Amino acid sequence: MSHSKVSRRGVIKTGMVASAGLALPQYLRADSHTGFTNAPGDSEVVLGFNVPQTGPYADEGADELRAYELAVEHLNGGGDGGMLSTFSSKALDGTGILGREVKYVTGDTQTKSDAARASARSMIEKDGAIMITGGSSSGVAVAVQALCQEAGIIFMAGLTHSNDTTGKDRRANGFRHFFNSYMSGAALAPVLAANYGTERKAYHLTADYNWGYTTEEAVRSSTEAMGWETVNAVKTPLTQTDFSSYIAPVLNSGADVLVLNHYGGNMVNSLTNAVQFGLREAEANGQNFEIVVPLYSRLMAKGAGANVSGIFGSTNWHWSLQDAGSQAFVQSFGTKYGFPPSQAAHTTYVQTLLYADAVTRAGSFNPCAVAEALEDFEFDGLGNGPTLYRGADHQCFKDVLVVKGKENPENEFDLLEIVEVTPVDQVTYAPDHPQFAGGELGACNPGA
Amino acid sequence: MLGLNKKDARLLLIVVAITMLAPFILNPFPAGSDLAQFNAGYPDLMQRFVIFGILAIGFNILFGLTGYLSFGHAAFLGVGSYAAVWMFKLLSMNIIPAIMLSVIIAGVFSLVIGYVSLRRSGIYFSILTLAFAQMSYSLAYSVLTPLTGGETGLQPKATDARILDGALEPGEAATPSLFNIAMRDSFELSLGNWEFVFNFGYYVAAVVMIFAFYMSIRIFRSPFGMMLRAIKSNQTRMSYTGLNARPYTLAAFVISGMYAGLAGGLLVAMDPQAGAERMFWTASGEIVIMTILGGAGTLIGPVLGAGFIKYFENIVSKINETVLHQWFYWLPDGLEDFVIAMIYPFVGKGWHLPLGLLFMLVVIFLPGGLVQGGQKIAGLFSRKTADEPQPKATEPAE
Repeated sequence: MSHSKVSRRGVIKTGMVASAGLALPQYLRADSHTGFTNAPGDSEVVLGFNVPQTGPYADEGADELRAYELAVEHLNGGGDGGMLSTFSSKALDGTGILGREVKYVTGDTQTKSDAARASARSMIEKDGAIMITGGSSSGVAVAVQALCQEAGIIFMAGLTHSNDTTGKDRRANGFRHFFNSYMSGAALAPVLAANYGTERKAYHLTADYNWGYTTEEAVRSSTEAMGWETVNAVKTPLTQTDFSSYIAPVLNSGADVLVLNHYGGNMVNSLTNAVQFGLREAEANGQNFEIVVPLYSRLMAKGAGANVSGIFGSTNWHWSLQDAGSQAFVQSFGTKYGFPPSQAAHTTYVQTLLYADAVTRAGSFNPCAVAEALEDFEFDGLGNGPTLYRGADHQCFKDVLVVKGKENPENEFDLLEIVEVTPVDQVTYAPDHPQFAGGELGACNPGA
Repeated sequence: MLGLNKKDARLLLIVVAITMLAPFILNPFPAGSDLAQFNAGYPDLMQRFVIFGILAIGFNILFGLTGYLSFGHAAFLGVGSYAAVWMFKLLSMNIIPAIMLSVIIAGVFSLVIGYVSLRRSGIYFSILTLAFAQMSYSLAYSVLTPLTGGETGLQPKATDARILDGALEPGEAATPSLFNIAMRDSFELSLGNWEFVFNFGYYVAAVVMIFAFYMSIRIFRSPFGMMLRAIKSNQTRMSYTGLNARPYTLAAFVISGMYAGLAGGLLVAMDPQAGAERMFWTASGEIVIMTILGGAGTLIGPVLGAGFIKYFENIVSKINETVLHQWFYWLPDGLEDFVIAMIYPFVGKGWHLPLGLLFMLVVIFLPGGLVQGGQKIAGLFSRKTADEPQPKATEPAE
């Protein structure tokens, strides 16, 4: 039962305790030091690898982690050096970063923004990480990028394809090497026109979230510019596993191309359903019915099996590329793990190297100095040909691969073949392009 | 003191002492040592301990007292978070209006959901709340994207209106603060090899949690709390005596929804980002597990449960293979690999596994949760001296 006897003594005592409690934090203000957050000591530097280890993108996350470990090994002078020997900038010499041995901590993003931020904060606050990298989904990338901006840490985005990461949600402390929805659309459209003609009617199935929207918009505007017509665009819930009810109306809609703006498990399921419904054999408007998947990955192709053969899509990088950088990377990754790397592994490996190189060239771990070294940096030898890290939006500009599912794959890794390497000029856009408008980098934040 | 009996006052004082000294208690190992991996005394996790403590305390008012198992409490947490971010965007980066609005919005939202769901009890009530929460999640994830930011989530930006605050300096980021002291501000204290971090945001959250805990004690000990316990023990008998139970359950539901909203607002105040996953059904399930793990119907139990779960999620999940190799490097090679192979499935990405085992053990052997475990241990040591049965201040009603 309650005891609500209010005595004068009680009131005074309570008041004292409460005011002491409120006043305490006033004495505990931060004192600023070194000039930037988590300045490393003289012997080692800690990087934070924040990848999905559980959840729908756990496969991608595991591959990213392998690439990070490989990158750390190479930075510290172990292994065969991988892309260090083919990288056009020769600042890195295998003695760590600025003479400090590279250590790393890992965390699980669970493909959830909240968990990813919690994990990144613990890396920053507890482990003293100087740079955070990773992510297999755009939502997570945007969330962690904003966190790093606030905390004064450099964020090197991993696998994130949505326009928003370097569009409306761009940040001064965040950098992306991976390509984006716009580039997919711009690279795919000419190939589609060449193979399927310009008199096509497209039907879009779009995953009902941010990445789906930007991809649909990009593919739509690029294909419509060539004369295609968009019959309908239907949003599908992200958690959908059976797409039959979405595929059934496609055949009678008057469309003759189906565009699946899906990624990961979504794409595996929707493509399988579409093939089961006989869309590949169907004819519409006197032409063969076709299916397009804007963003491909080897892991998805593996999931969808034989269904991917002959289907066009785009990808950031593929292990069958023949340039020296790609070969060196595939070689050292294959030696260490026994199979070729995925595009997620490639982009995260490259991002780690680019960060280390920028620190070395800048001669400082200060995020502002690093950002300055990365901005408008031109490099080559990392697998995508000559590449520009554009300063206006912190997006990499490089050639984009248009790929197609192989008709007769020789093994479980040899699922995609490169149809065309779209030159960088075709996929370049202005930083204030309508699909990227509304964002502002702001100023770089070095933190405390 | 404060209208509490002696035992409750002592419990409150213990909670105050623990929360205020948490930076010391949670960092028992010197920085740089192998065991530093187990230190939990960094701002983010300390904030999470107390915020999820608030959430569990609120959930316990509903579940522990009335026995109504809500499977949708994460929805109120999420709604509170979104409300707070919108206050940051529109009004001011000061956390007070943000938290006030998040409590109010969560209260209104829980009134609506509670009014509908409480027409049924038992499993039907649970399913109704689960359905509402899952609906809120789906709405936030896609349909309401302009309002919630969809998958990307909602965060304050430099370009937001913020009527009460002046314009930001160029390059200055919008930071949640309490009268110009940023939540992120910390003071670091080094004593020998030990490092302790005193974070302003943590202390704000801790003071709020102590207040929330105090309110919960008062509710537990009030006639209203007694009425809620009566509903749990036998609702039919209560109706026969002429009492209408629904206003009481609805009140409990709204109070606990407001606690969840408070937690949501605080989460955003500490880390200004609100995402839809916060409302996903697994998040609701986590709240239930926290409460049961610690001891449903007890005062301190839910806070303990919340602490355990957050500790596993943030500390155990970060032990990777490299860390294990650092620990066991002194073993002979074969043995080292064997030991690591045995431990590895339980740490890192397998962090759910030890937590699941712990949960099973608790449910099977300690139905009263960790609190019951503590009482049993205390009983072992005091039986000889005390003839009278162990006082059970925190025993649930049934």
